[in-house]
Amino acid sequence: MSASANTRRSPFLAVYSALVFAFIYLPIVVLVVYSFNRDGVGGFPPQHFTFDWYSRLFADSSIWDSVLNSLIVAAGAVGLSLTFGLLAALALDRTDFPGKGIFRRLVLLPLILPGIITGLSLLMFVVFVRLQLSLVTVFLGHGTALISVATIELFAGLQKMDRRQEEASLDLGATPWQTFWRVTLPNLKLSLIAAGLLIFTLSMDEIAVTFFLIGRDNTLPLEIWGRLRRGITPEINAISTLILLVSILLIVIWYRLRMRSEAQ
Amino acid sequence: MYSKTYKLFVSLPPILWVALFLLVPYALMFAHSLWSVQNGNIVHHWNLQNYSELLKNPIYLEVLFRTMRIAAGVTLLSLFLGYPLAYYLSFHAGPRKELLYQLVIVPLWVSYLVRGYAWKTILGSDGVLNGFLQYLHITREPVGFLLYSPFAVVLMLTHIYTPFVFLPIYASLEHIPRALVEASHDLGAGQRTTFFRVILPLSMPGLLAGATFAFVLSLGDFLAPLLVGGPSGTMIANIVQSLFGAAYDWPLGAAISVCILCFTIGLLFLAEILEKRWSFE
Amino acid sequence: MTSASTSPASSLLAVNSVSKRFGEKEVLKTLSLDILSGEFLTLLGESGSGKTTLLRLVAGFEQPTSGEIWMSGARLDTLPPYRRRVNTVFQHYALFPHLNVRENVAYGLRANGAPKSEIASRVADTLMMVRMEEFADAKPMRLSGGQQQRVALARALINRPELLLLDEPLSALDANLRKEMQRELKSLQREVGITFLFVTHDQEEAMALSDRIALLRDGALEQVATPREIYAHPATAYCAQFIGQTNLLRGSISSGIADMGSLTFSCTGPSGPAVFSLRPESILLAANAPQISGPVRFRGAIRRQIYTGASELLEVQSNLGLLLRVRVPACGPLSGEHEFVFSASDAICVKESL
Repeated sequence: MSASANTRRSPFLAVYSALVFAFIYLPIVVLVVYSFNRDGVGGFPPQHFTFDWYSRLFADSSIWDSVLNSLIVAAGAVGLSLTFGLLAALALDRTDFPGKGIFRRLVLLPLILPGIITGLSLLMFVVFVRLQLSLVTVFLGHGTALISVATIELFAGLQKMDRRQEEASLDLGATPWQTFWRVTLPNLKLSLIAAGLLIFTLSMDEIAVTFFLIGRDNTLPLEIWGRLRRGITPEINAISTLILLVSILLIVIWYRLRMRSEAQ
Repeated sequence: MYSKTYKLFVSLPPILWVALFLLVPYALMFAHSLWSVQNGNIVHHWNLQNYSELLKNPIYLEVLFRTMRIAAGVTLLSLFLGYPLAYYLSFHAGPRKELLYQLVIVPLWVSYLVRGYAWKTILGSDGVLNGFLQYLHITREPVGFLLYSPFAVVLMLTHIYTPFVFLPIYASLEHIPRALVEASHDLGAGQRTTFFRVILPLSMPGLLAGATFAFVLSLGDFLAPLLVGGPSGTMIANIVQSLFGAAYDWPLGAAISVCILCFTIGLLFLAEILEKRWSFE
Repeated sequence: MTSASTSPASSLLAVNSVSKRFGEKEVLKTLSLDILSGEFLTLLGESGSGKTTLLRLVAGFEQPTSGEIWMSGARLDTLPPYRRRVNTVFQHYALFPHLNVRENVAYGLRANGAPKSEIASRVADTLMMVRMEEFADAKPMRLSGGQQQRVALARALINRPELLLLDEPLSALDANLRKEMQRELKSLQREVGITFLFVTHDQEEAMALSDRIALLRDGALEQVATPREIYAHPATAYCAQFIGQTNLLRGSISSGIADMGSLTFSCTGPSGPAVFSLRPESILLAANAPQISGPVRFRGAIRRQIYTGASELLEVQSNLGLLLRVRVPACGPLSGEHEFVFSASDAICVKESL
């Protein structure tokens, strides 16, 4: 058996990578397992499998109210971010104006700026214009923070697109408006969906910015946060596990869509 | 190809949004930092007291340095975990690469809060880890320092940011043409030399992006300390948060926020300069 | 250094019954080949013929599924690429983008721990040899294709390998630059004396550069011979068609007479079905032809005439139905029927396939 010539598979690296994977997944596994534990969270090993926490969860109306609020805000955030993100991506891809560099950096800034800064600056703005804190302010906060996500994804999609398709459309007599709807947007379909899914997930999970813009109605993360401050209950494990399942479902859907479009 | 109206139409709305919801708020925050509080009210009396307070009062500097240490720790740990993982996937994983990549991504979709909460349940005195150690008779009593300490904050944030650090590094590594690795071997360089002289330098842009991301976001994190940090794990953003809450001193809080904002912008500029130097396209 | 044609050359590299399989697909089928010291050997073939795979096996980037490779009396295929006295010039050059020209060229020497002073002088000499000394401090992305190629060459040659592998290094260059680089490569090989193993799909290039050509098809060797030999005496129909142009005549031989349907001529060869290769330039216009031995005549109508500058390529339909290609020196437009003649000895009997 000749010595492998190109990459000698290093067992050390494989073991190390497995450990890193374990580290990444450990808390998630613990979370799910203990959501079925009768004696609640903590101790080892978990005993007494039960669905109790889930049934308690389903009876908990304030959690579901907050879920609804989160969904409303997330839907709004997706719409807002995709719209402005698309325009910003088009502007960055196709126009030139003085200060474009600053504009680009500002659009992308909220991605890396700690959420507390975005949240507080918007809070001061909201107070300044005398707007009441509510789901509307949360919606504005999410939109502002997540436009950058949409911009990045859509900009990448625009760069990958073959510009000549648009030229062909114009050449054949379509107006720029028609070209946008019939050529540009369909080409961006995958980017739009990917960005939409990502924005939706990020909005559903958003805490830092929401923390400072929340009014009377809680979003799901804020509701969970409130309970966490009061104490740990496995109900939280249960809702977390459900969130995890929904997230995985979304990933699978996204993956299928991507595979299908790449096959075309 | 694009008419003036088209260009105006696509650029005006985002510019207005950026101006209204980013620039104006930042300007307001800056203005607040130059005001002060009297008798529970914000007084629009322009001064630099807040900034001198930050420099004079040792508490702020102490917390700031602790925050920097925590952020640095998170960044380094995430790199130590994320880089080898990315390298393994890119160069050694073969056909299973795509599946493993998806597996790394999955935790990113799990709520931040949820993952932080999970660590809380693991590290606590009644937590899973202590239970596990006692079950195996490795310890007889719960280990106290695991939770409510800077250690717990670093652990939790490393867990959060390792996938984030992994992503750009993996992208950078994938971008390296395999022919370059073959060429290096062909010329007589073994695996280690090839890594240090070819692969690592060419993966610098990704590494830089990941490290910047992890560092800045850890720096401004206030939720992790509240969950698992305890009093010894307080970070600078917690101070800001309480100044906007119970400790009611918006101007002072705004001053710290302005500092964080400027620091972030400065770091981003630095990263941009370094990235230009180190990218070889 | 004169070519090693007067003294018998020794075998530098021996490929012994090597096969390579990728999953289900067998890319190289039990192939054996000897490469002689100091020669310029070209692996020629279409894409998918296995020529690049064979090259990569010699370089060490792949392992043979079975068989062995030996070089200078020692087993080669068990060694990793960085321990073989073999260097490669890659198809797209694979220059390190983050290092300048000097550092790229010095890479191999540095990796093997040569002292700094030696590195500096050898780099300078090698850069001069490929005429790139002006660009020593430039980064690869600033160089043109031809310049990058010369740097890639320098980077490989500086290590004084026993064997230099070149993976279609000229395919990315435009036609004129290609011809120039072919000349440079050939003279460089003569000057340095290193054995070259060159891969290409361009048969003209192979003919111009090689001491010997190894024609590969579907993972097997069709023929290994010098350019003159392979052109004048192709082993199979595929060789005859791949290298240069030819007419393939199919028929049978009985008792020394080849019967190709409408053409018959005498030939030596066993009775049975046979294929003959007849080069277009072997067929002459009877009106202009001098006396030739064993003449075979036919009449044909000119269907197409393509003027190529120095010659005319004619498509001729013989009055007994055969379609033949004929190449004659430039003579102005022709039409109608003409008489053609060729020498029976120019019809080379080839095998239908291996």
